[in-house]
Amino acid sequence: MAQRGIREYHGKKMLARHLDAYLEDSIGYQGKIVLVDKDTNWNQMLKENSWLKTDKLVAKPDQLFGKRGKHGLVLVNKSFEETRSWINERMGKKQTVNGIEGTLTHFIIEPCIAHEVEYYVAIKSAAAGDTIYFSLEGGINVEENWDKVISIPVPILEGIDAVNIAAALPDSLAEKKKLVAMFLKGLYKLFAELNFAYLEINPFAISGNRIIPLDLVAKLDDTAEYLCARQWGEDIEFPAAFGQNLSPEEIKIRELDALSGASLKLTLLNPDGMIWNMVAGGGASVIYADTVCDLGYSKELAMYGEYSGNPSTSLTYEYAKVVLDLMTRKKDPQGRPKTLILGGGIANFTDVAKTFTGIIKALHEFGDRLKSVNARIFVRRGGPNYQEGLANLKAAAEKIGVPIELHGPEYHMTRVVSDALKA
Amino acid sequence: MSRPDYLLFDKNTTSVIYGMQTKAVQRMLDFDYCCRRAIPSVGAMIDPGKSGTEKVFWGKKEIFIPVYPDVKTALQKHPDIDVMINFASFRSAYDTTMEGLNEPKLRTIVVIAEGIPERLARHLREVAVKKNKIIIGPATVGGIAAGAFKVANTGGTIESIIESKLHRPGSVGFVSKSGGMSNEAYNIIALNTDGLYEGIAIGGDAYPGSSLLEHLLRFEANPAIKMLVSLGEVGGEEEWKIVEAVKTGKIKKPLVMWVTGTSIKYMPRGIQFGHAGARADATRETAEAKNAALKEAGVVVPESFDDYDKAIKQTYEKLVAKGVIKPAPEVEPPVIPMDYAEAVARNMVRKPTSFTCTISDDSKDELLYAGHKISKVIGENYSIGETIGLLWFKERLPKWAAEFMEIVIKLCADHGPAVSGAHNTIVTARAGRDLMSAVASGMLTIGPRFGGAVAGAALMFKDAQDRGLSADAFIAELKKKNIKIQGIGHRIKSLKNPDMRVVLLKDYAARNFPGTRLLNYALEVEKLTTAKKDTLILNVDGCIGVLSVDMMYGLGWSEERIQQVVDGGGLNGMFLLGRTIGMIGHYMDQSRQKAELYRHPWDDILYDLPAGE
Repeated sequence: MAQRGIREYHGKKMLARHLDAYLEDSIGYQGKIVLVDKDTNWNQMLKENSWLKTDKLVAKPDQLFGKRGKHGLVLVNKSFEETRSWINERMGKKQTVNGIEGTLTHFIIEPCIAHEVEYYVAIKSAAAGDTIYFSLEGGINVEENWDKVISIPVPILEGIDAVNIAAALPDSLAEKKKLVAMFLKGLYKLFAELNFAYLEINPFAISGNRIIPLDLVAKLDDTAEYLCARQWGEDIEFPAAFGQNLSPEEIKIRELDALSGASLKLTLLNPDGMIWNMVAGGGASVIYADTVCDLGYSKELAMYGEYSGNPSTSLTYEYAKVVLDLMTRKKDPQGRPKTLILGGGIANFTDVAKTFTGIIKALHEFGDRLKSVNARIFVRRGGPNYQEGLANLKAAAEKIGVPIELHGPEYHMTRVVSDALKA
Repeated sequence: MSRPDYLLFDKNTTSVIYGMQTKAVQRMLDFDYCCRRAIPSVGAMIDPGKSGTEKVFWGKKEIFIPVYPDVKTALQKHPDIDVMINFASFRSAYDTTMEGLNEPKLRTIVVIAEGIPERLARHLREVAVKKNKIIIGPATVGGIAAGAFKVANTGGTIESIIESKLHRPGSVGFVSKSGGMSNEAYNIIALNTDGLYEGIAIGGDAYPGSSLLEHLLRFEANPAIKMLVSLGEVGGEEEWKIVEAVKTGKIKKPLVMWVTGTSIKYMPRGIQFGHAGARADATRETAEAKNAALKEAGVVVPESFDDYDKAIKQTYEKLVAKGVIKPAPEVEPPVIPMDYAEAVARNMVRKPTSFTCTISDDSKDELLYAGHKISKVIGENYSIGETIGLLWFKERLPKWAAEFMEIVIKLCADHGPAVSGAHNTIVTARAGRDLMSAVASGMLTIGPRFGGAVAGAALMFKDAQDRGLSADAFIAELKKKNIKIQGIGHRIKSLKNPDMRVVLLKDYAARNFPGTRLLNYALEVEKLTTAKKDTLILNVDGCIGVLSVDMMYGLGWSEERIQQVVDGGGLNGMFLLGRTIGMIGHYMDQSRQKAELYRHPWDDILYDLPAGE
């Protein structure tokens, strides 16, 4: 992983905690914001945040999706009780956003800030440097007004101190120019020091000497955790994309993955699909999935999966069991055979015979169920001891009574995919 | 040794390895040997803050690779090195790579670590560009110049390397992000062309130190490379730069390329697919868009990865037909001797052992004493005597025997400061030596005259009894040979003034031993000797000796086994073990007192020298 989205709540809390340290003066943002989920104790929250009672409030879901206003998911200028019942009505409900169905689980509540002008700022990274984007015409139509967005490049080596921000800002900002320049400079420093990968505040409002971020989207570079864990805060989380509801099997594989140094991945695409790819190696697993799709069988691709990083025999066994279980639950209604593709490139140093031992054990366990779904197995793998691994696999499949075709590195890596699809 | 800019590695390239990755170094040297390089490709290794040497194989021979504390020192000693392979962890990779970038002579730095923050990686790249250096990685296995130089673990096992013909150069330049897939690609290239010339894996991060295009441009400039092969990936703009380079004629050599990740549109949103950089944020960054654009620009793009091999083969054959490529000749590589550890793992060798141990085993999950797990020894509260039984006699002794051993140890633990063992310990301690030296000095006095009569007495009395000698005959026989009976006699103790230790031992044996055959015999002998002189009693050594034999009788051991113990002199161990407690005590006593160096007084020495001239 690397760039991962965070909640608006955590992004704004980070601004409130750290931004002042990067500013020459304060912009007065205090981070009045609360995060609500199904377990929230409303009374406790009210006790700790008295502004909830006194201020008019804004509420919206905080689940890494945008265009909330367009989907009628922003509540504006309401009392605490109104806000509470509005959230309670929606909590745990299904919602389709931008064509994806998911469950609403997290909301934020903030004070409602009356404002006239909506400003836009975003910071993006590219190889040679970052770019600060700024516009006087922020809000939901910023993309349509992109020609009015000014961009301020910040070279990676020289940094923000070498950039004259004020000079790049439009004169129409007038007396606000100094404040905005200071804010952008501080915001950039926070962005860089806290290893953000992307930050967008659209819009933000200016009220006197205060700058108030109204809507925020951010991604962190999670590899920097060892540097920034303290600044990110203990409660930081990297939520799954909206609508990504994991099956118990996917959750199990994630847990196995987290427990070991090896890499195990499983994404169920179509449990009724005919093609089950269980592929060693990250790069190879993508190519096997691609090839099934490129050859026109994307609808038959049951899962995307990968095992790599020299998993132990027992880990491979656990992984194979999950895959075989999913694969053999149902017969194809038209009686077509289910195909297991045990693919992979040429391993560097992983002992192929050893990793196959775990798969063989699982195959034996699911022998009858494999036969009941008319399973076939296609194998292609190279690397240390692959001959022994293939021979063991062949013997096992023959003993179980499942048809199998096996190939080593002399066979083009994905040809087993076209073989399987043709057969 | 100057190389053209397009050439990072040749047969004379040498490198410094940051981190003690001896396995990777060995793999590089094995590759070198296969390529018949004249000198090893690794000139030095760096172990931060330390210096020394590391032993590796060069074919059959062992050689030393010097180890330095930092990059600067290594480069000073080895001015020919121009490649650094950085194995530092993601935490220290930035600092150590900067160290390398600051060395004027280094041209190429390979960064292996995965998980370097993007901001730091971008910084490294910009510094490298400024200094006209190349970074390969981060998050890479490296790369390989066939028949010339191999970065670290690239290419896998030596068998895979030879199978993919990487031990001699072909005509194809390859670059990809993925390290795992580069191995596969070398295989595909070997199967469908005359082989690889150079292959680079730039690493899977969003911000690699050098790009696909930069390496393709190097290959374009290298006259030995006739054809380019690459694997792109969904996400990022890199492939568009290649499109541009092909369109503008910067890349003229035939390029076969496929961008992976075409299936991403069938995946749920937000799935992390393979590498950190593999994520399409815009239509332009999808695999389809990039494949189409490459094709349109004139790159050979197959319909799917399944035709990648055919596309490579056809492109290669066209070049051969045109006479651009003269297929590289096959070269027989020398055989690398297999590592002993690997041969063992594969059940291919056996060797006789030099040592045998039958009492304890630390090679299993849990320490074993004569087959008893240490958790059992502690859990069941084995006594010291039982523990000794395990390690000396390979069995758990019954309570009466174990307790006998403990009594002996307690009785022998000390006998005051004046006896030779304690005396030596004290003198050595006062000379300022450490515990081990002081105790060893004391121990070395144990022998036939001091403490060591246990084994001797057991041997003598047992031998006499076994031969059926009467007590008379035994004494007579020894007198004739003018041998003192071991275990008989004390400086002051006598029948009337008995040694309490002997009394206690005899009493314990009488109450607990199944029998005391040899003790009874020794007491008969004592009757006769004390008749001559009342201090010629069975002393403590003698009593321990004969009772030890009686203990073994009582345990029901075979005659042969008992004799083995007696002959081996092992019974002295009881005195030795016991007395060590006292000697350690004397050492501690002296060191607590901070006792000064002991010097024996002159007036206590008779000086009686021969009269000189």
